Amino acid sequence: MYYATVAITVGIFMMLTMGLNIITGYTGQVSLGHAAFFGIGAYTSALLSVKAGVPFWFALPLAGLITAAIGAILGAISTRLHDDSLAITTIGINFVVVSVFQYTQFFGGALGIGGIRYPSVFGHTLTKPEYLLVVVLCILLGIWFDRRLVRSWLGLALRAVGQNEEAAQSLGVPSARFKIAAFAIGTAYAGVAGSLYAHFMTFINARDFGFPTSISIISMAVFGGLGTLRGAILGSLALGLAPEVFRPLVNYRNLMYGALLVLMMRFQPSGLIGDGSFIWESRQRVTLRLYKPKAVSGGEK
Amino acid sequence: MLWQQLANGATMGMIYALITLGLTMVYGVLRILHISHAGIFAFGGYIAVAASRVSQNLALVVAAAMLGCGIMGVLMQKWLYRPLLAESKVVSLIASIGMFIFMEDLFRLMAGPYVLPLPVLAPLGLDRFETAHITGNQLVVLIASIALLIVAWFLINRTRLGLAWRATEQDFETASAFGINIDRAVASNFFLGSAVAGAAGVLVGFYYNSVYPTMGSVPAYKAMAIAVMGGLGNVWGTVIASLILGLVETFLVTSPLAFILPRDSIAFVALILVLLFRPHGLFGRR
Repeated sequence: MYYATVAITVGIFMMLTMGLNIITGYTGQVSLGHAAFFGIGAYTSALLSVKAGVPFWFALPLAGLITAAIGAILGAISTRLHDDSLAITTIGINFVVVSVFQYTQFFGGALGIGGIRYPSVFGHTLTKPEYLLVVVLCILLGIWFDRRLVRSWLGLALRAVGQNEEAAQSLGVPSARFKIAAFAIGTAYAGVAGSLYAHFMTFINARDFGFPTSISIISMAVFGGLGTLRGAILGSLALGLAPEVFRPLVNYRNLMYGALLVLMMRFQPSGLIGDGSFIWESRQRVTLRLYKPKAVSGGEK
Repeated sequence: MLWQQLANGATMGMIYALITLGLTMVYGVLRILHISHAGIFAFGGYIAVAASRVSQNLALVVAAAMLGCGIMGVLMQKWLYRPLLAESKVVSLIASIGMFIFMEDLFRLMAGPYVLPLPVLAPLGLDRFETAHITGNQLVVLIASIALLIVAWFLINRTRLGLAWRATEQDFETASAFGINIDRAVASNFFLGSAVAGAAGVLVGFYYNSVYPTMGSVPAYKAMAIAVMGGLGNVWGTVIASLILGLVETFLVTSPLAFILPRDSIAFVALILVLLFRPHGLFGRR
């Protein structure tokens, strides 16, 4: 049971990190307010379930869609802002969303929303390992979508905007439209993660979706290797499990967390297995040595 | 009542201005979001607590904190930021956030999670001065922060050092082609910005008579909002935006509108409103 709980939590953060990786990694729009969309997804799903009696299986995709719609609005705002102002504005959006949840009766106010039902299939309420299976399925779907996205023309355009917006624009890429698309897709991941979280916890509170959560998410993406799917997955796994592994050192947890971030950025700025990191470069070198003919024909980057 | 509110608001505003000044100076030169600036702010408070065991004189304590924080800022720039300048911006941002988390926890582990008092006295007995409109502590904070801002203004606008900073802001390469020592200019810029943040830490500790590990958390992000509102890198826009925010916060919190917005989100609502109409800030260039 304990392992299932840890795995579900890590899985939810993996969804969040994959979503943020699309916005910040591929498209280069630094968002420090991703937890706001996590919260919007969670509250949407919770309200649909508690007030309208919508079953989990419908609330989950709906939460993703509604969050994506709100995310697209933020994307539209972001097209007016340059990178650093955008990062700070997203902090602001996070704070404002949390205070709306906290100060509005409709959203349960300071008490949050309780009594969210655990999902069930034909009258059988899912057990924790079964719920973990649902989370894993969502992650696999997310990975599949991310792979398809990267190979599609849309993914290409997003990366073009992320690498050099002006150059992309001069080649006829309408960057504003693609930024909005990136925010919509990335926040859809967050919305699904929020729904998974709400139905797993059965009780949510605005504080769960505050700015510190946003920091955790972006740290995971950067720690693993920003701009790569494998980095998002490994980063959320590593930083998500770290608190459990280092439980005996609980008093020094933040100290080590901060030090880990500083040292990683200072000595491996492209993250644990990002493009250009020590581990990934070594792996590439080994692959090149093993498949020499392929390398000569210019197969690998 | 009105005058009291005005005094409260202006005091908060000047404190915000001191914190944000360093942030916006650093941004002007290096274009990085220096979140751990707020860690340096709290560090100033702790230096003051340590120094107050030696001397109870506020002026001496502020000087000690400014020196300590200035050195801390230079070390941070040399060791942490300089090697990261070539990387994408999110790298230095995360490094800065990590450093801030590290510092906060270090303060907690070394000095304990408690609120420590800061028993210092202002020179000339200013803090015992009292009228119906303004308290002695407020007067001390106002005078000290205005004095610091004037010194900063003088350094930036009337010295060769300030000229070097402004040239570096425009263009690293051109500035160094004109014989400016970029390394020294950036380091001294960090020194001044961090020293002023340290002074702000002491003044906040003195004003509320409390120093605690997380005293930087709220200023860390609020100062970012102020810096953007004032136009990132624009020192005078920053000071004006700080004053406006200090006053607006004080008046809104005591008005009937208070229940809608908690005090610490006012800055961000204001930020979003400002950016919707003026994407480069209230006083932004470009």
